[in-house]
Amino acid sequence: MASAGTSASTPIAAAADSGRGDSAIPAVLLRGLTRYFGERAALRDVHASVPAGATLAVLGRNGAGKSTLLRILATLLRPHRGEVALLGEPLPRRAWAVRGRVGLLAHEPLLYRDLSGRENLSYHAALHGVERGRVEELLGAVRMERRADEPIRLLSRGMVQRLAVARAVLHRPALLLLDEPRANLDPAAEELLEPLIGRACGATRVLTSHDPRSALAEADLVLALRDGRAVYFGEPGGIDEQALRELYA
Amino acid sequence: MSTAVAGASRGRAPAWLVVLRKDLRLELRTLETVPAMILFSLAIFVIFHFGLGRQSVAGQEAAGILVVTLLFASMLAVNRLFVAEREQGGFEGFLLAPVDRSALLLAKASALFLFMAALEVIAVPGFALLLLGPPLGRVLGPLVAVLALADGAVAVIGTLVSAIAVQTRARDLIGPIVGLPLQIPALIAAARALGPLLVRHGSTSPPGEWLLVLALYDLLFALVAYAVFDFLLED
Amino acid sequence: MPVIANPYSRARRRVPPATAESLSPIINPYSRGLRQLALITAVALLVAYALVFFYAPLDANQGFVQKIFYIHVPLAIVSLCGYVLGGICAIGYLRSGDRRWDMRSYCAIHMALVFSIAGLLAGSIWAKASWGHWWVWQEPTLVSYLIVILLFATYQPLRFSIEDPERQARYASVFAITAGAFVPLNFIVVRLATAYVHPRVLNLEGGAMPGPMKLTFYIALVAIALLFATLMKYEMSAKFMRMQTKRLRRQLEGEDVDAPRRRTAVPSS
Repeated sequence: MASAGTSASTPIAAAADSGRGDSAIPAVLLRGLTRYFGERAALRDVHASVPAGATLAVLGRNGAGKSTLLRILATLLRPHRGEVALLGEPLPRRAWAVRGRVGLLAHEPLLYRDLSGRENLSYHAALHGVERGRVEELLGAVRMERRADEPIRLLSRGMVQRLAVARAVLHRPALLLLDEPRANLDPAAEELLEPLIGRACGATRVLTSHDPRSALAEADLVLALRDGRAVYFGEPGGIDEQALRELYA
Repeated sequence: MSTAVAGASRGRAPAWLVVLRKDLRLELRTLETVPAMILFSLAIFVIFHFGLGRQSVAGQEAAGILVVTLLFASMLAVNRLFVAEREQGGFEGFLLAPVDRSALLLAKASALFLFMAALEVIAVPGFALLLLGPPLGRVLGPLVAVLALADGAVAVIGTLVSAIAVQTRARDLIGPIVGLPLQIPALIAAARALGPLLVRHGSTSPPGEWLLVLALYDLLFALVAYAVFDFLLED
Repeated sequence: MPVIANPYSRARRRVPPATAESLSPIINPYSRGLRQLALITAVALLVAYALVFFYAPLDANQGFVQKIFYIHVPLAIVSLCGYVLGGICAIGYLRSGDRRWDMRSYCAIHMALVFSIAGLLAGSIWAKASWGHWWVWQEPTLVSYLIVILLFATYQPLRFSIEDPERQARYASVFAITAGAFVPLNFIVVRLATAYVHPRVLNLEGGAMPGPMKLTFYIALVAIALLFATLMKYEMSAKFMRMQTKRLRRQLEGEDVDAPRRRTAVPSS
């Protein structure tokens, strides 16, 4: 395995001072990030820096801390130690300022089962202050117009995932957090969603995947976690088959 | 292009209203809570009839029965208030939005208040029909005023307790055992305010000091809830 | 960069939860002075109850039985203050994130609950001795007590039903603050609601008491307050040692060991 945690070159303070979203400021900056659950450390001393527009793949077994990391980046959990800065804003102090620019696609679709797709998306649109037209635009983009008025509990998992993607990108976030985005999707649906959450969408992306090889294929940077510790951070080329096997052993 | 931080203040509906509308829509769609509360209340009236062995009640006794029944029925709503948020990702969906956390408190308390009002529209006439001796017509106005203040108490305490309970393992138990003692002063005040009204040829204005107590109770716990609610949501 | 207040949240606590490293490694701050305090308390209790038995005059109406007043009322007042103290410490925890405030809150409420049950029992005995019933609704203090005990008895089950320690501390603090605000309001409302069929026995208005009674009462009050402080300090000391032991064990066994942990309602780091 390559050496652990290269720390970022730009200090958090300077990144926060500039405050504007120009490309010099990393979209995601982690230094010594630690998060406990009870007495167990879910994440320990994680360093990473992701420039704007890049894609970071987070690899690791179940329980390595991938979902925890994503939830911290989504401002749903607070870091216990270390520093986190999203789009130049330090967390958790400025979490409220950056929340509207982050989109999360989680394990759960975060949709109400008894409401329809359109009603769910309108609800989230209203919460984020997004115009109504955007809901229709996205329903079209994910090809769910015809079944947009049926309750979620009647839809197949693939359809629900498509609506979840629509929810995640509703407010045109600058930072996309994708927890296993390809789960429940067939290849046709994957292609459909590519412009929304794929490389082409232009947002900085942090994604996890159960299939490390496909994640590596579309990543600019890789962070490998093992039991909460970062064991590799760098270019995808630095991880070979042997390292992957060890990571997922 | 990213949205403004204060998304809710861009001339759009305030966040609490958005959440409230969603909750009302869910309740109308599923009809889980209010019909159950209504049936529960009517069943309790029947039980009281047999339990007390009386044809009709009046005065302080009637006030007590009515208020206690409404309080117990509110427990059903309190137990369900945040369940959808917890189980279907509603908390996350809300917490991801750039809105004031207290909007959730206000929305849920308003929803609970409206559920209680819907309950009373059926349960109070039901009570008048089944158990109450004196006629209700002449004191309807003051009755509504007292119940409105009492529902405010239920709404605030119920929301707070429900938000605490939904994250625990004994979800359905914590709500009632913590919530009921907390609401006893409100129950006392409401019952004492209604007692003189439910008397044949009795007064038509409720005792002022009990209304004041109810109002103070509502105000105090609204402030406490507003101050502490955020700490229940953060992680 | 100027610190801009978050308009969306009052939850301004920013210090990470206290981990073991932030606790002083060797000195137990709670055991300092504990022995002296215990000694002073013992002396105060002795003096107070000697006064009760030998100095304070007999009540004209009730005779000797009235002397329970000197136990019941101080227990009542001290436990009330204990509950409010629990709420104040809870505020301290929410603002600072330091688990020690949560521990203080827990101990204060625990002790206050014990003292109020004792006060309730004393009041019940008094009621039986003077009025012939073990329970009387006419006495608003007793009734308020019952309600408050019913409420705070749920504190421990609530804590026990939340597994994550940090969340447990946070939710318990929210409860302690709400319940702490509840206590005075409850007393006022119950007193308003209680019809005075019998003349009030537990008359707290000092004006009605003659001098010697007043003096005895205040000394008894101080003695019981000291007892509360001593017991609370003792409990905090014991909890602190427990936290330390856990910390040391974790260091010895290595932090990666994920030992199966029993669920507990007691605050621990």
